[in-house]
Amino acid sequence: MGMDSTLAVQLLIQGVLLGGVYGLIAIGLSLIFGVMGIINFAHGQMMVMGMYISYWIFVLLGIDPYISLVAVAAAIFILGWLIQYTVVNRILDYPEAMQVLPLVSIGLILENAALMLWGPDHRSPQTALGLDSMWVGPIMVDTSRLIAFVLAIIITFLIFIFLKKSNLGKCIRAASDNRTGAVLVGIDVDRIYNMSFAIGAATTGAAGCLLVPLLPISPHIGHDFTLTAFIVVILGGMGNLLGALVGGVILGVAE
Amino acid sequence: MNRLHLLLVLILAVLSGLPLVLSKYTLGIFIMIFYYAYLGQSWNVLTGYTGHISLGHALYIGIGAYTSVFLAQHYGLSPWVGMFAGGILASLVALILGFLGFRFGLRGVYFVILTIAFAEITRLVVSHIEVLGSFSGIFLDFDPSFRNFQFRGNIPYYYIALTMMVLSLAAVRLIEISKLGRFMVAIREDEDAAQALGVNTFKYNMIAIAISAFMTALGGCFYANYIFYLHPDSLFGMGLSIELILRPIVGGMGTLFGPILGSFILTPLSEVSRAYFSKGGLEGMHLILYGIITILVVLFMPKGIIVYVRQWLKPLIPERKGDD
Repeated sequence: MGMDSTLAVQLLIQGVLLGGVYGLIAIGLSLIFGVMGIINFAHGQMMVMGMYISYWIFVLLGIDPYISLVAVAAAIFILGWLIQYTVVNRILDYPEAMQVLPLVSIGLILENAALMLWGPDHRSPQTALGLDSMWVGPIMVDTSRLIAFVLAIIITFLIFIFLKKSNLGKCIRAASDNRTGAVLVGIDVDRIYNMSFAIGAATTGAAGCLLVPLLPISPHIGHDFTLTAFIVVILGGMGNLLGALVGGVILGVAE
Repeated sequence: MNRLHLLLVLILAVLSGLPLVLSKYTLGIFIMIFYYAYLGQSWNVLTGYTGHISLGHALYIGIGAYTSVFLAQHYGLSPWVGMFAGGILASLVALILGFLGFRFGLRGVYFVILTIAFAEITRLVVSHIEVLGSFSGIFLDFDPSFRNFQFRGNIPYYYIALTMMVLSLAAVRLIEISKLGRFMVAIREDEDAAQALGVNTFKYNMIAIAISAFMTALGGCFYANYIFYLHPDSLFGMGLSIELILRPIVGGMGTLFGPILGSFILTPLSEVSRAYFSKGGLEGMHLILYGIITILVVLFMPKGIIVYVRQWLKPLIPERKGDD
């Protein structure tokens, strides 16, 4: 294998690995859109919140981001639930255009809250596996990217199982299919909406954890990720979860 | 002339006299009030009247600012001419964006994403062009003269900004009472129905976005020559796009006085709170306040504060058929 093709394969693999995480971010966005028809313009900012929580758990308690992932996802779940309960539930019947503004505002609030609390500096923690890499034949793979990819795939898979098999997951799919029908068969649609938004949020929070060892954190990177998630979701098809994963990988490779 | 007109003339007279009594700092706040009212009004032409939300209007500010400054620095063209070159360029870009959006029927959220994408792409392109100052931006040399659009002190800027605001008000009023305005409102209320009734929605959407972009770009030129510094992140960034739409939303979208009212309420709040909070080490606090205000307005006063003001002013406003 020549030098150039080795490099190409290496870049391809790096892209696919990062793409898995992009896919995870986008799945949250896609889930929220699929169920409620709302585009979460605060998605990237919620992810940054997850990154900061993970960062502080690591700095203060020395717990690795891969382990704190569950706690961070839970925290962002609660954040998402609150956002849905206080704001998003009230704008579901608004014209599409007016739904954009409150969510953009929430993004603005989260971004500047992060700025106020933690300052504008870029922070990159030295996690245990941060700079490790391993060789597969002639190809070098960042260990943290590989772990991020594997965890992203596992989480995606768990979400699929959850939506297909669990009772709550079935209710979410029912509400997303037909709101009136779901109300008629006795599903508490408001609660389902809260759960969907919160799960979408938790997913992006988890993705944030996976990115902590990979890139420096700053309050202003959020809206780039909101855009990334859009692109991924549009590539894969709005509301299509598997498409989001594929779109993520395509974008990761394209980068 | 009715009583409402009289009130407006009175307000204008007071505003014209203010530089005689106000300090330089306070005048600066008024300049920003007029500037943001003007930008809000420009955005209002597109979003307020046709209902297509643009979250990338910073794009046109940036084009206006960069074009006029580039032409002045490299070709010695007076910004008074350059601002119209910037306006035309902005209109052309807007027409490309509009063609993609309106021709292919991108509505609602998809149109929003398109506007964001255009602004972001332009920001990144400008950040990599050497003659436009790349990442670090362009500093303007201070060479005060009328021809250079640069002045000592705030008073000339005050009158220019005031004039721009009044002219934008007049322009939007003209649009509102013309056939164009009626068609635009028809598109906002129900685009399919308007089309079914024979309105060429594509054409009027394109006209609306071109006018809106042109007006916004003139504002960008003013800003460049007032601040003397161009930076791609702040001129093309999403922050500015959000900043400039808050005032018309809070005041009342799709109304003549909404953007102005919104600016008179929010701009002083923003200027004072920015100074106050950053002194206390709380940078970003004023943006959090913005976010909270926007959410509250959208949730509880979706038609804007103008609705309430109209009620107070009811005795002054003559009965009209088909109120806007």
